Amino acid sequence: MKSKNKIIKSPGERVFDIVLYTILIIVALVTIFPILYIVAGSFASVKELTMNRFLLIPKAPVLDAYKYIFSTDTLSRSMIVTIGVTIVGTCVNLLMTVLMAYPLSRTNLIGRKYLMYGITITLVFSGGMIPTYLIVDAVGLIDSYAALIIPTAISSFNLILVKNFFQQVPESLIEAAKIDGCSEIKLLANIILPLSKPALATFTLFYAVGHWNTFMNALLYLNDSKKWTIQVLLRQIVILSQGGVGDESLMGAEFVIPTQSVKMAVIVIATLPIVICYPFMQKYFDKGVMAGSIKG
Amino acid sequence: MKETKNVITKEEKRIVRTRMRRQMKRDKWLYFMLIPGVLYYIIFKYGPMFGLSAAFKDYQPFLGFLNSDWVGFKHFIRFFSESSFWTLLYNTLLLSILNLVFFFPAPIMLALLINEVRVKWFKNTVQSIIYLPHFLSWVVVVGVSYTLFTTEGGLINEFLKSIGLKEVNFLASTSMFRPMIILQNIWKETGWGTIIFLAALAGVDVSMYEAARLDGASRIKQIWYITLPAIKPTVITMLILRLGNIMESGFDQIFNMQNAMNRSVSDVFDTYVYRIGLTNGQLSYSTAVGMFKSLVGLILVIAADRLAKKLGEEGIL
Repeated sequence: MKSKNKIIKSPGERVFDIVLYTILIIVALVTIFPILYIVAGSFASVKELTMNRFLLIPKAPVLDAYKYIFSTDTLSRSMIVTIGVTIVGTCVNLLMTVLMAYPLSRTNLIGRKYLMYGITITLVFSGGMIPTYLIVDAVGLIDSYAALIIPTAISSFNLILVKNFFQQVPESLIEAAKIDGCSEIKLLANIILPLSKPALATFTLFYAVGHWNTFMNALLYLNDSKKWTIQVLLRQIVILSQGGVGDESLMGAEFVIPTQSVKMAVIVIATLPIVICYPFMQKYFDKGVMAGSIKG
Repeated sequence: MKETKNVITKEEKRIVRTRMRRQMKRDKWLYFMLIPGVLYYIIFKYGPMFGLSAAFKDYQPFLGFLNSDWVGFKHFIRFFSESSFWTLLYNTLLLSILNLVFFFPAPIMLALLINEVRVKWFKNTVQSIIYLPHFLSWVVVVGVSYTLFTTEGGLINEFLKSIGLKEVNFLASTSMFRPMIILQNIWKETGWGTIIFLAALAGVDVSMYEAARLDGASRIKQIWYITLPAIKPTVITMLILRLGNIMESGFDQIFNMQNAMNRSVSDVFDTYVYRIGLTNGQLSYSTAVGMFKSLVGLILVIAADRLAKKLGEEGIL
């Protein structure tokens, strides 16, 4: 097929291909360049960063920035906390989503229709920031890590997609298992879940990335700066410390304005878990496109 | 459920009822599993909706929710008569429109390009690279922008100076705020946005292209007559989804890009609600502002859904 294509390629086709590949290479470079620049900059010495701006590979890489950011336990504590919230939060997400999606996937369940209406409404309308804050406050979750886990335990969108996926399991399979005396919980654990492994992996991924990147809820619900998750700390170090731009009154008196390479190092560390997981995430991307099918 | 409609006699009604009861008893474990989820929905999704009644009260935390006085539409009247209302509406809508004009077409065009690539490894490599920024948080994206665009020795400004141009204050000026927001959006989400269009294109019958080529159609013509019509329904659905979300501006991004210097153009409903409600403590007033935003958003989503169905596309609800 390929060789055949090459033979009948007209000059016009060849020009088309050259333009096409050039544009895509430029798009890819523009996408990856800022990331590579930040990584390179984090290993550059202050001197090199100010002298030679167009480096993608520092001539004399140093670990000064990393030594600096790990000289106190602020960043490492924040990383550990965020990893914890991500792991526990994702487990809670999956448990809650699966437990609710499974009964709703049984089309003959009485009352199912009304529950589905109730869930769909939350897709298009919500109480908003302040009323949600008041509820989180009322149940006593302010300044606790549970505030980052429980109020976002189920995403209605994901719930509906998981339910739709469970619904694809043939009815006859469920009937057969029931005739064999299989209980609902066993049915879920031994038949439905193993059949849904790829879908569940996708949702694990999206929930986990969501937890790692969560910013607004951490900003709203955690007042104590010692409890800050990585994204809030990152804002503090990288954005607010920008001279003349950030609001310096928000920072403590002992706060030293970090150098450019220190900021870059913090960005690298805060993004590292995502980048490490990225290759494993890729095979699930296509399944993430189920986004178009929230009906039912 | 249909059977119940045709039931006439009491006897039959009784039979249906006992059958339902028996069925519910049989499914009791299923209902058991629903308990945590239903509780979650009642407390954290519907609780805040009832909390919206704070918009019609003078909510005082020390009085509690029930003892605070009802004040009717006082907070709404105040909001609509304030100049900030028009600023917020203008800023929110303008950002959405700019995103619609400049960001929305980007993934479509990129998907069309990627779809033309026949070399598999090249296609995979490009896709792997352009999907990555989607997984970075907005704080990271804004942080990267700050280090690149700062006037204090940032790469972009150093480059502008080296080619003899003037330094541009990208981060703390009213004129550059909106272009920066659009630029970040394009960088972060264009690649990921191609997925849904590429999925639609994967369903196109290859023989159509072969037939077109035999007829002597150029690549451009093939795109125009085969590829574009194939993704038209997806484009319309995505466009309608966007129109429904016109009141949403993305809190994380705007909040992190906002500073005292660009507030007049960067303030949108979400950032205003956060500042007035949680920083200044005007809980009832900010609830009213948030409620206005949610209600308009709801109307837009429903209208967009109707429009989609009228155009013969699949609705979103």
